Amino acid sequence: MEFTQFLNELWIARGALWQGLQLTIAVSVLAIVLGTVLGLFVGMVLVYAWRPFKLLVRLYVDFIRGTPVFVLVLASFYILSVIGIQLTAFQAGVLAITVFCSSHVGEMVRGALQAIHRGQTEAAMAIGLTFRQTFQYVLMPQALRQILPTWVNAATEMVKASTLLSVIGVAELLLSTQQVISRNFLSLEFYFFAGLIYFVLNFSIERFGRHLERRLAVY
Amino acid sequence: MADPLLVIENLHKKFDHLEVLRGVDLRMNGGDVVSIIGSSGSGKTTLLRCVNLLEDFHEGRIVVDGQEIGYAVKGGRRVRLPNSIVARHRALTGMAFQTFNLFPHLSALGNVTLGLIRVRGMKKDEAVAIAERWLDRVGLLERRNHYPGQLSGGQQQRVAIARAIAMNPKLMLFDEVTSALDPELVNEVLNVIKDLARDGMTMLIVTHEMKFAYEVSTRIIFMNEGRIGEEGPPSEVFNNPKTPRLAEFLKNSSF
Ligand SMILES: Nc1ncnc2c1ncn2[C@@H]1O[C@H](COP(=O)(O)OP(=O)(O)OP(=O)(O)O)[C@@H](O)[C@H]1O
Ligand SMILES: [Mg+2]
Repeated sequence: MEFTQFLNELWIARGALWQGLQLTIAVSVLAIVLGTVLGLFVGMVLVYAWRPFKLLVRLYVDFIRGTPVFVLVLASFYILSVIGIQLTAFQAGVLAITVFCSSHVGEMVRGALQAIHRGQTEAAMAIGLTFRQTFQYVLMPQALRQILPTWVNAATEMVKASTLLSVIGVAELLLSTQQVISRNFLSLEFYFFAGLIYFVLNFSIERFGRHLERRLAVY
Repeated sequence: MADPLLVIENLHKKFDHLEVLRGVDLRMNGGDVVSIIGSSGSGKTTLLRCVNLLEDFHEGRIVVDGQEIGYAVKGGRRVRLPNSIVARHRALTGMAFQTFNLFPHLSALGNVTLGLIRVRGMKKDEAVAIAERWLDRVGLLERRNHYPGQLSGGQQQRVAIARAIAMNPKLMLFDEVTSALDPELVNEVLNVIKDLARDGMTMLIVTHEMKFAYEVSTRIIFMNEGRIGEEGPPSEVFNNPKTPRLAEFLKNSSF
């Protein structure tokens, strides 16, 4: 019976797959969190910074967004070591996806900040808030609410992008699945199984995003 | 007589090459209610925005309650004060805008308490108590947990007025606060302002509501091409215009 054989092999491979899943989650969470924080700064710079600085960051964003993530992963692993920065494969991978994430979040934040009506800033200034306070209490909360749906989408993209770390030898879920398949040859079953897990991960992220949207949908 | 609450001297403001304010002089005492009328583009909004330091100005002085705001003379040169001080000066005056500009992510109460907590440094309880008092005053206490999107235009504008006035400004500025409202919502807002006038609040009001200006003001100012064209008590200005420009303007306005 095919299915019991698969269950058997799954049981044998459970440790490797579990490790792979943990790595996938670690890479994704790190990249999403760091990339979002960095992206908030990128967005702020794109809107408010001193002109030359703004241009520099614009260049960064356009360059990163125009480069395939695959290339970013290879570059941060191989090229950085050439110029003397030694990163582990895990670190290099997280760096690549973080950078990728930050440029997308940066663009979202820029768009959201620029879409806020000028009257918001003026009303905040008129009651005596400083610019920093205006940003913190008036502009940023509105921008974050605004980008939430696209951000959730981007977060799921980061989970998918984490599979690219398999090419530099990070044994995340995809690579551990491939390693398991190379021992038991049940490729169809195990790829399907991995696919299911990615679906569950991203489905959870989307549900969580919807939940947040509903909670924040007061205005 | 006490010192004047607002002194504007020789105020000039340019947008690029367009000189929008061309030497405005104005004095108000505590409790004065001054309404500014005048045709579109005459500089009424710009004048209010200068008093609230939302615009820079190139020449002249504005003194609120004895403090020159926005600029100082250092070493014989006129310099703009640092942003932190400008923010403090802005809090001397309160402003209500044509488009309300409530913060959509905060409830009515949150809109009013934000400045009390962050600018006046109040504890939350204290800020809520003051905010509730003002929301009650504008008739919206039971809507305190509503968000701007859940309020009518007239209600939003009343919250915006409460937000400004709860900060306890020396002077309130109103820029055409009813012109974005449906006609049936205008009076609820004008009544709030009349109520404040009875309380002795010092107010500088830009309006196209001539009847309201007549009733509420201690003085009317007619702006014409960036200058004060004419001024005086309402009965004087509305009934005996001295300049043809004002006569013409009044003829074209509805009461
Ligand atoms: N930010 C700006 N940049 C350039 N020009 C401006 C700006 N704001 C106002 N102006 C110009 O300054 C002049 C005065 O504008 P202002 O808004 O003060 O007029 P107003 O008397 O309030 O008119 P209205 O009755 O239409 O509100 C107008 O010619 C206007 O086009
Ligand atoms: Mg105007």
